[in-house]
Amino acid sequence: MKFINYLQSIAGVGIFPLLSLLIFFIFFIVLGIWALRVKKEHILELERIPFEDKESGKNDHPVK
Amino acid sequence: MESEKFSYDNRIVKMFAYATMLWALVGMLAGLWIALEMVFPQLNGGISVITFGRLRPLHTNAVIFAFVGNGIFMGVYYSLQRLCKARMFSDTLSKIHFWGWQLIIVSAALTLPFGITTGKEYAELEWPIDIAIALIWVVFGWNMFGTILRRRERHLYVAIWFYIATFVTVAMLHIVNSFEIPVSFLKSYSWYAGVQDALVQWWYGHNAVAFFLTTPYLGLMYYFIPKASGRPVYSYRLSIIHFWALIFLYIWAGPHHLLYTALPDWAQSLGVVFSIMLIAPSWGGMINGLLTLRGAWDKVREDAVLKFMVVAVTAYGMATFEGPMLSLKSVNAISHFTDWTIAHVHVGALGWNGFLTFGILYYLIPRLFRTELYSKKLANWHFWIGTLGIVFYVVPMYWAGFEQSNMWRKFTPEGQLQYQFITTVEHIRPLYFLRSLGGCFYLIGAIIMTYNLIKTAKAGSFLADEEAEAPALVKLQKPHEGEHWHRWIERRPVQLMILSLVVVIIGGAIEIIPTFLVESNVPTIASVKPYTPLELQGRDIYIREGCYNCHSQMVRPLRHETARYGEYSKAGEFVYDHPFQWGSKRTGPDLARIGGKYPDSWHYNHMLEPSSMSEHSIMPNYPWLLDNSLDTTLTSAKIRAMITLGVPYPKGYDKIANSDLRKQSLEIAARLKKDKIETGPDKEIIAVIAYLQRIGKDIQTKPDTTIHK
Repeated sequence: MKFINYLQSIAGVGIFPLLSLLIFFIFFIVLGIWALRVKKEHILELERIPFEDKESGKNDHPVK
Repeated sequence: MESEKFSYDNRIVKMFAYATMLWALVGMLAGLWIALEMVFPQLNGGISVITFGRLRPLHTNAVIFAFVGNGIFMGVYYSLQRLCKARMFSDTLSKIHFWGWQLIIVSAALTLPFGITTGKEYAELEWPIDIAIALIWVVFGWNMFGTILRRRERHLYVAIWFYIATFVTVAMLHIVNSFEIPVSFLKSYSWYAGVQDALVQWWYGHNAVAFFLTTPYLGLMYYFIPKASGRPVYSYRLSIIHFWALIFLYIWAGPHHLLYTALPDWAQSLGVVFSIMLIAPSWGGMINGLLTLRGAWDKVREDAVLKFMVVAVTAYGMATFEGPMLSLKSVNAISHFTDWTIAHVHVGALGWNGFLTFGILYYLIPRLFRTELYSKKLANWHFWIGTLGIVFYVVPMYWAGFEQSNMWRKFTPEGQLQYQFITTVEHIRPLYFLRSLGGCFYLIGAIIMTYNLIKTAKAGSFLADEEAEAPALVKLQKPHEGEHWHRWIERRPVQLMILSLVVVIIGGAIEIIPTFLVESNVPTIASVKPYTPLELQGRDIYIREGCYNCHSQMVRPLRHETARYGEYSKAGEFVYDHPFQWGSKRTGPDLARIGGKYPDSWHYNHMLEPSSMSEHSIMPNYPWLLDNSLDTTLTSAKIRAMITLGVPYPKGYDKIANSDLRKQSLEIAARLKKDKIETGPDKEIIAVIAYLQRIGKDIQTKPDTTIHK
C-alpha cells in the first residue's frame, strides 16, 4: 500500500508536497525573522499584560 | 482618556473551581478502584456496573473532561477577564456553560457504568451526549469570543492564543470523530470502519491530549506562572514561536498510536516524523515556563503554588520527551500494549495537569476569598505526598511495562516462546499493587487540598464582583507605519482563530483523506464477510463490557506476536468493524485470532470464572452474561444501520436477521450441551461466544484470496 496510489489520480499532484513545504518553511522563516527583529518595547508591553490588573497582592508586580 | 468602570465575575471562577475539586476526587477514586480491581479481580463481586471494563472509561472521562475540563474553564474564566480587562461577555452564557458541562459529566457517570458506550477510547459517550458536548462547547466559544471582542486591551496575550486554538481544534476533533449513526436513543455505530476508524480515532485521541490536556494548560502556564512568581514570561518571543510550532506540528502526530498495525505505512511514518519534530516546541515551552522562575527560586522554596507549578512543567518536559521516543518504531515495538503507556500518560495526567491545577487552585482560592491560605503546612504536605504518589505510580508501571514486554518477546534456544501470557500477568501483579498505593497517596493529597481550600474559603469573604477600571479601547486610525503581519494578527482574535483552524485542518486533512480514498482501493479480502446478526449482537456486548480496555485485536507483524497469536492482522480484515476494536493495551492477551482457538464450552466457563480456565487470571467474572437474556429487539435496526454504512447485507436482510440469529443460537447451545453445559439459547453468553469464535477467522479459511480491486 503506497501513498502514491491514492494521489496519482490528482492532476499535477507533484506540486502539492512542494507547496506544503514552502508554506511551512516560509511561515516559520517569516515568523522567526519577525521574532528576532520585533522592537524590545513592544515585547515588554506584551509580556506585562498579565500584570496590568489592579488586583492587590504582594506578588503582582513584575520584577525584571 | 476616560476610564471605564466594570467588574470581574469571580462567581463563575469559584463555581468551576469547586467543580474541579469535586471531580478530581471522583475521577481519582474511580482510578484507584479500578487499579485495585486489577490486583484483586474479585472486587467487582459479580456486579456489572463496577467492573473494570465499565469503569475504566468512567475514570478516563472523569479525569480528562471533568477534572481537567473544569480546571481549564476555571483558569480561562479567571485569566481571560483580566487579560482582556473586561467582564465575561455574558453571565447567562457562563452559567449555561457551567451547568451544561456538569450535566454532561453526570450523564457520562449515568451511562458508562451501564455499558452505554461507543467503544472508542476517550470518546466513549453516546451520541445524545456528543451533541450536548458540541452545543456547550459552542457556548464556551461564544462567551470567550464575546469577551475578547469587548476587551479593553489591544493586544491578545499569548495565553489567549492558546485558548483560541483549544476552542477551535477541540470543536473540529470532536465533531469529526463523533460521526456516528444512531440505532436507538443510546446506541450508535461509528460512521467509519476498521482502519479509517482507527486513524480518525487516534487523530482525535492524540489531539485530545494536545488540545485539551496541553494547549489550554500551556495558556494557563503562561498566565499563572508569571502571576505567581511576579515575573514576566522568560521570553515572549519564544512563546510566539512555541505557539505556532506546537499547533502546526501536533495535529499530524496521531498515527504514532498505530505503529506496526494494519494502518498504511506512509501514515505511520508521517506520525513518527512529526512526533520527533514536536520535541522542539514542547521543550521550548517547558524551558520558557521554567526560566520564567530564574532568580525567583528562593520563592519556589517557600511557595507551594510555585512548587506545584515547577513539578508540573518538569513533568510536561518529561512526558513530551518520552512521547516522541515512544513514537520511534523500535521503541514502540517494546512499549506498545504494555503498562509503559500507562506510566507515560500518568506522568502527564498526575504531574502536568494535576499539579498545575493544584497550583492554580492554591493561587486562586485565597484571592477569590481575600484571605491567606488556611494552612501552608498542609499545602506542603500535599505537595510531598502528591509527588511521592506520582513516583509510586509511574515507577512500578515503567517496570511492569519493560518486564512484560521482555517476557512477551523471549524465545527459548529451541525457538519457542518462553512464557505463557498468564505468566507475564502473574509476574507484574505486585507492581499493580504498588501502583495502586501510589494512586492512593495522590488521592490523599487531593483530599488534604480540598480540606485546606474549604477551610480557606470559610475563613475569608468571597468577592463575587471584583471592581476594576480601564480605558476603553479606541479604534486605531491607521496601522503603525510599516506594520508587520504578526503584530496585525495579535490584535485580531477572529483572524487568529481562522488561521489556527487552517493550520490544524491542513494537518488533519492530509493525514486522514488519503485513508478514506483507501476505501475503494484497500486490498479487499474476498473471504472477509459481514458479521452474522448473532455475532453482531455479541460484538455489541463486547463493546458494552469494555473488553477493548484490556484486550487488543491487532497482531503486529513481529515474530513473537505471530508466534503467540497467529497470522498478523491485515487492513482488509476490519472493513465491517464499526467501530474498530484494536485496543491499546494488553492486560490480557490479544484476541485478533481467538476465533476457533478454544471450544465454546471453554468460553462459557471462562466468562463464568476466568481463573477456573486460566489460573492466576486477573480477568473479573462475568456471571451476568450467563443470566441475562439477549435483547433482540434492536437486531433489525442494527442491520439497517450497518446497511446504511455500506456493509453488504442482502436487501431486506433486516427482516429475517432475527430468525438467522435464533438458528445460530440453537447451534451453539447444542454444542455446549455436548460438553454438558445446559443453557438457554437466548442468553447473552451465546452471542458473546458467537462473536469470539468468529474473530479473525475469515482469513484462515482461504488464506490466498487477497485481491486488488
